[in-house]
Amino acid sequence: MAKAMDYENLNENVKKCQYAVRGELYLRASELQKEGKKIIFTNVGNPHALGQKPLTFPRQVVALCQAPFMLDDPNVGLLFPADAIAKAKHYLSLTSGGLGAYSDSRGLPGVRKEVAEFIERRDGYPSDPELIFLTDGASKGVMQILNTIIRGSSDGILVPVPQYPLYSATIALLGGSLVPYYLEETANWGLDIVNLRQSVAQARSQGITVRAMVIINPGNPTGQCLSEANLKEILRFCYQNNVVLLGDEVYQQNIYQDERPFISARKVLMDMGAPINKELQLVSFHTVSKGYWGECGQRGGYFEMTNIPPKAVEEIYKVASIALSPNVPAQIFMGLMVNPPKPGDISYERFIRESKGILESLRRRAQLMTDGFNSCRNVVCNFTEGAMYSFPQIRLPPKAIEAAQKAGKVADVFYCLKLLEATGISTVPGSGFGQKEGVFHLRTTILPAEEDMPAIMDSFKKFNDEFMEQYEDHKGYSRM
Amino acid sequence: MRKFAAEKTRKVLAHRKFFNSVVQHPTASLSSSSSSSSSSSLSRKSLPHSSAAFLSRLLNTSASPNPSSSDSDSMASDYSSTPVKIDTINPKVLECEYAVRGEIVSLAQKLQEDLKINPDSHPFDEILYCNIGNPQSLGQQPITFFREVLALCDHPSILDKSETQGLFSADSIERAFQILDQIPGRATGAYSHSQGIKGLRDAICAGIEARDGFPADPNDIFLTDGASPAVHMMMQLLIRSKNDGILCPIPQYPLYSASIALHGGTLVPYYLDEATGWGMEISELKNQLETAKSKGISVRALVVINPGNPTGQVLAENNQQQIVDFCKKEGLVLLADEVYQENIYVPDKQFHSFKKVARSMGYGERDISLVSFQSVSKGYYGECGKRGGYMEITGFSPEIREQIYKVASVNLCSNISGQILASLVMNPPKVGDESYESYFAEKDAILSSLARRAKSLEEALNGLEGVSCNRAEGAMYLFPRIDLPKKAIEAAEAAKMAPDAFYAKRLLNATGIVVVPGSGFRQVPGTWHFRCTILPQEDRIPAIISRLTDFHKGFMDEFRA
Repeated sequence: MAKAMDYENLNENVKKCQYAVRGELYLRASELQKEGKKIIFTNVGNPHALGQKPLTFPRQVVALCQAPFMLDDPNVGLLFPADAIAKAKHYLSLTSGGLGAYSDSRGLPGVRKEVAEFIERRDGYPSDPELIFLTDGASKGVMQILNTIIRGSSDGILVPVPQYPLYSATIALLGGSLVPYYLEETANWGLDIVNLRQSVAQARSQGITVRAMVIINPGNPTGQCLSEANLKEILRFCYQNNVVLLGDEVYQQNIYQDERPFISARKVLMDMGAPINKELQLVSFHTVSKGYWGECGQRGGYFEMTNIPPKAVEEIYKVASIALSPNVPAQIFMGLMVNPPKPGDISYERFIRESKGILESLRRRAQLMTDGFNSCRNVVCNFTEGAMYSFPQIRLPPKAIEAAQKAGKVADVFYCLKLLEATGISTVPGSGFGQKEGVFHLRTTILPAEEDMPAIMDSFKKFNDEFMEQYEDHKGYSRM
Repeated sequence: MRKFAAEKTRKVLAHRKFFNSVVQHPTASLSSSSSSSSSSSLSRKSLPHSSAAFLSRLLNTSASPNPSSSDSDSMASDYSSTPVKIDTINPKVLECEYAVRGEIVSLAQKLQEDLKINPDSHPFDEILYCNIGNPQSLGQQPITFFREVLALCDHPSILDKSETQGLFSADSIERAFQILDQIPGRATGAYSHSQGIKGLRDAICAGIEARDGFPADPNDIFLTDGASPAVHMMMQLLIRSKNDGILCPIPQYPLYSASIALHGGTLVPYYLDEATGWGMEISELKNQLETAKSKGISVRALVVINPGNPTGQVLAENNQQQIVDFCKKEGLVLLADEVYQENIYVPDKQFHSFKKVARSMGYGERDISLVSFQSVSKGYYGECGKRGGYMEITGFSPEIREQIYKVASVNLCSNISGQILASLVMNPPKVGDESYESYFAEKDAILSSLARRAKSLEEALNGLEGVSCNRAEGAMYLFPRIDLPKKAIEAAEAAKMAPDAFYAKRLLNATGIVVVPGSGFRQVPGTWHFRCTILPQEDRIPAIISRLTDFHKGFMDEFRA
């Protein structure tokens, strides 16, 4: 008898969904690691796994919240500074029963208020805590919102290509249609509105209702920062086409150039004035996993809704309530991230020293990495303006593409596997993010420790040279 | 079922006299007429279908624009042309319902706000949340050892300091070291393997083996943010369309109905028998399976909640064996919700995991597909806010596991603090460890107090006119049946409410006690219930009983024919 869980009987949407960040390459890397090979994981934006130290202050506060009995111990001051103790008391007072009690399904009201105040400081426009939902990481928020929007396969979501595969995977799981719009690599991964219009027209001709548009700013995997002018165009486009804008802004602290500082989609929208600022629907996402925080393991995030009608907000609340509540420790991390130590606080200097140290080093690593790639044969790479990734294009010789076909692999998967076997560098092939036909990339994070970076880039260069040597036509095998 | 009612009434009356003489609660004498003052806020009942409840919740709470927002007029603007509005969102989202946090809770939140502004605004001075199994929100203290370890893992840089020895127990420091050693790079701030940190899964397996006497494989464990996401993952995997059915107990924990609705499947009900202490009859399962099949529904899985939520029964081992055989014979996946495995309150019942039962019957990995859900939110630990949990999946082919792993990986991983806690609850201190005695004393105090609370509340409920209540053998809830007078049912109909929701709302308005109407869990048509947790602290129970009793008397007096 056919069993319920036979492969043929699984939900087709589950089978269709793909998630390359933890795909074949990652599995092979894990195997090699088990065999004792040293692996440099640059496949996931996971800073602490690559040695980044957590910021001290938030860890002190959360540790105290975990063990509130310490707050009454006369010796607590021997281990914890007074401002961490005060902050822990503050956050515990915002909970109803400490870290061990479910919070409101939207998150602790006190933390949502702190998030709203942060948004107001950042954008210069007030934000309503009732429209901010805390989540177990930004991914959960994206899933909740897409679940609300997608009704069936004729609902389309505009997603940049290359894109972060969370979007393609979630859209597949929910049975919707991904409508790709291509970022222009030669224009530094710029977003061309003409392109966007074509994508929408094409989708519509196939009977697809385009309901939402995703932007990732700064870009993942592409690392570009959107300009204010570009954001305005996008907002106007969404307005004209009656599309919800989903702004993935999780890398807003990760900026490595000064020409285009981060500007939120919400601020640009509000700057544009009536009627668009009262009508265009926008959901913005943020997280504690990125920035100089990099607290991926906590699973903390939020989304903020703008111009979403109360009845729809209520439905989103209902679905959130089925998951009971986001984890409370991460809510406190979020509170601390949006409300960090201030000048004059005991921990202020240390906090600034640590966070600046991380950001400045990331900036240098972004430079080292893109320069390194650009010095390699058949490799071109846009500068990583923001986020945590470099996304070099690898111009694979025809012979390499043939060899990949023979091995039954996509060409960039073939390349990345070889890279992994030869150097221990674990990357994600560009095909996992989507790319133009016949063009190949890989994504690597800029997160390996700064002192290891030169050696990593050297070993990449050596591998790449040998690979190109082996597969490029005009170079023979005479030496072998 | 009510043959002992008279005797129980006598006992409870004696009980209550005792408590009344001890506890002079200011709100002890309440009259049900007081509820009329706040009922106007819930008059928006003319809305169609299931969104009505949530809309009214919204109108009561969050619809009022933030007065500090200069943008507040945008809330009132016309949304008719926007892409996301109520009639263009996913209909599956509209369909699903989750009563544990539904209309009654919203009303409670509103009353709480009222009390904050004016403590005399209602005939009670606080809201008692008996709607949700959230122990620490009602004053239950966390287990010290677990929290020591979690604090140290959150801030490992103090592990080496001598001052730490003075603040933390030696075995918590040792355990924190052990755990950190299992985390690559000791990085508790890093995403882990999507199934959870391998070393923690090993520890969980050791705990399962100690519990069951059968081996467990760390590759079978998926750590999740609480048990609920694990349930969602399995539903997502199993449900392809409306034609796929999941057998669920009625009454059921509404996570199941909500998750099945969200994934677009069909809930195939089987009724638990209230008269036999919420017994689970195989003949009922068979009947319901056949009925579903005759409607063209392909039934894919059976959900069993043991100990039961909201019903509190603990399954007997031979009953579990029948269930295992039934699933094997019918080719169903057995989804075993075992999150209340530590919450057993009667000496004549014991928890047996379905995996242990199946293995004891001689069924191996290839004989039956079984998923066991466990959580850090329940038990004596009650760490709801941590969102820790796991599922153990056995009897699935490698290609299915790969699919489950892939879906898990889209969400990257569950939170690390919750993962660590899951490993701790499955591996608490052992005899001889420095913390063992204090750990055991804390655990025992919580569990024995819960048992006493369950008993007091059950007895009190059984003493009320028209109320009968099975004992809570396990879990955290009582689910009394209320025979409502005809006039009350008519009044509920006039208010466009389910009669038990009407009762629950009156109870809340009169006493501040929040319960969940039975209709949120589903029930045999024409019967009415409510779910009440046993979680308020023990010293509050007498006051709750007396408030409940007074309210009930007044309610019955008002509506008795």
